[in-house]
Amino acid sequence: MGPLTSRLLALESRRGWSVFCGLLLVAAVLVPVLHLATPPDSPLHVPAYMVSLLGKYLCFALLALSLDLVWGYAGALSLGHGAFFALGGYAMGMHLMRQIGERGVYGNAGLPDFMVFLNWKELPWYWWGFDGVLWTALMIVAVPAALAFVVGWFAFRSRITGVYFSIITQAMTFALMLAFFRNEMGFGGNNGLTDFKDILGYPLQSDATRVALYVASAVMLAAGYLVARFVVASKLGRVLMAIRDAESRVRFLGYDVTAAKLFVFTLSAVLAGIAGALYVPQVGIINPSEFSPAQSIEVAIWVAVGGRGTLFGAILGAFTVNGAKSVFTGLAPEVWLFFLGGLFILVTLFMPKGIVGLWGQLRAKIGEGVQNVAQKHRA
Amino acid sequence: MWRRSTVPEGDGTIVAAEPKASAVPARAGRRTAAAPAAAAGTVLYLDGVTVSFDGFRALNNLSLVIAKGELRTIIGPNGAGKTTMMDVITGKTKPDRGHVIFDADTDLTRLDETRIANLGIGRKFQKPTVFEHLTVFENLELALKCDRGTFRTLFFTLDAARARRIDEIMGLIGLGDRRAFRAGQLSHGQKQWLEIGMLLMQEPQILLLDEPVAGMTDHETEQTADLILDINRDRSVVVVEHDMEFVRRLGAKVTVLHEGSVLAEGSLETVKNDHRVIEVYLGR
Repeated sequence: MGPLTSRLLALESRRGWSVFCGLLLVAAVLVPVLHLATPPDSPLHVPAYMVSLLGKYLCFALLALSLDLVWGYAGALSLGHGAFFALGGYAMGMHLMRQIGERGVYGNAGLPDFMVFLNWKELPWYWWGFDGVLWTALMIVAVPAALAFVVGWFAFRSRITGVYFSIITQAMTFALMLAFFRNEMGFGGNNGLTDFKDILGYPLQSDATRVALYVASAVMLAAGYLVARFVVASKLGRVLMAIRDAESRVRFLGYDVTAAKLFVFTLSAVLAGIAGALYVPQVGIINPSEFSPAQSIEVAIWVAVGGRGTLFGAILGAFTVNGAKSVFTGLAPEVWLFFLGGLFILVTLFMPKGIVGLWGQLRAKIGEGVQNVAQKHRA
Repeated sequence: MWRRSTVPEGDGTIVAAEPKASAVPARAGRRTAAAPAAAAGTVLYLDGVTVSFDGFRALNNLSLVIAKGELRTIIGPNGAGKTTMMDVITGKTKPDRGHVIFDADTDLTRLDETRIANLGIGRKFQKPTVFEHLTVFENLELALKCDRGTFRTLFFTLDAARARRIDEIMGLIGLGDRRAFRAGQLSHGQKQWLEIGMLLMQEPQILLLDEPVAGMTDHETEQTADLILDINRDRSVVVVEHDMEFVRRLGAKVTVLHEGSVLAEGSLETVKNDHRVIEVYLGR
């Protein structure tokens, strides 16, 4: 057993691994089996809409996880993480557009519908290569990484921290949104990319494809969690936490703070990009609204609600808030935003460590209560 | 700044001029050389360092030599430039003029904090800054001298020899039984020791300690003095301190800073009887 394997095994305690494997089994095996193998009228049946909804949540959870890595550990609150998610999504969307071929409204195999509509004669150079799966996979990872590397390099080198970093990342996603809204950018403008037909030759509308995408999302989330866990459990993870607590002190210790932050910011962008790429085929559309600053702020709320700096909390928060969103927008869509705002205020005030920290808080409270009662009895 | 109003202008210029006059003969030969270089046996050499903040001269043509293996205490009233001097040596502040030569030929004024730290200059800040969310062990592990590259750090594994070294230092600073405590749970004195321990993990050639006993009890102060004397057996140490009892206990050469330059230098007794030093300390 190599040193790396033993370190991987040591990432979690025995209990941690059982929880991890248990959750992965439920998400990646039990849900699809209950969907495919039970009759629709069985009480155990998981309906198709539930599978695609959970698939969406899994992508959001991966996005939240990626933000927790930079915010919870390195202390840099990115309010532009939606941009990396959207870029990964656009890369996937471009591939799916090229897969439509002659089945578009205009039946033009060489050009996507919206380009024909705009009277474009040929495919722009940056669309070349998206017919291929490998090139697309590369771009899903490379484009968010490159953007994060460049923005991070300028920001961290100039020692921009705290709220200024948040503002810069917010401006980044806003600028991208405005750019992607423009038709002449060649990304479908306002409408974005949609009307996808199939992925890797399998029809997107079919049940089996949906389940496959769902399982892929669950597996990617698990893999992303392990990668993030490996980073935060390493010595580099402790360097990042030290940067969060006292950045200049870390410099005097001789660590390259800029490089450490740049590494984790870029890695985080890659995870967010993969999340976006898995999200797009499941919802069937990608448009510039994914770049909107409000989307990125919502991601920060998921992480805060779940409990930042815990990784698991980010996943929990993404499921909790989005679950509440699905319920509320069904029951009373007009109060959803008030609920979200109120939730954020309540969590900040009463649950600074989020849902994950609630258990510890409760235990401390109960312990106090027991002690008080015991003292009264003695008196 | 407030001192300026209590000391007449005339007096101020005399005090500032005198140390310069006394410092020049000792270093005249080196000053005429085109490129500054320190003599052998010197670990740190500050040559005519000047730093201004908004027109206020925090350091005024400061020159100072620290020998290899030397223990030096630096005293001076508030605003004398003690902390600014530390900032210049460690690269936090860039001087307007002058050089800081480390180990004979490295000019520190051209390097950043990270490079300077890796050269072997350890600094303890006035306020103890340990990483509160990490344990005592993890704090020391971060300070451990080894490859600091980002990917090397990601795949770093602690070998037995290094783990023993951490345990050794933990014992030396008296925190052997606090291994798994979070640094935030330690007392003020223990945090100061942990920070000194972190400096030792870096195996520096020279240690800069900014008020290491501020806020400590008498007993803790005594222990700290013993610890510093112990450390000084292997490396140079520069201590900035207000506590005269502590300075006496260290029994080292004392440098008095005033208005950004050296006012007097010598044993504590010599310095104490220097009329300019008395004037500066009593005049305020």
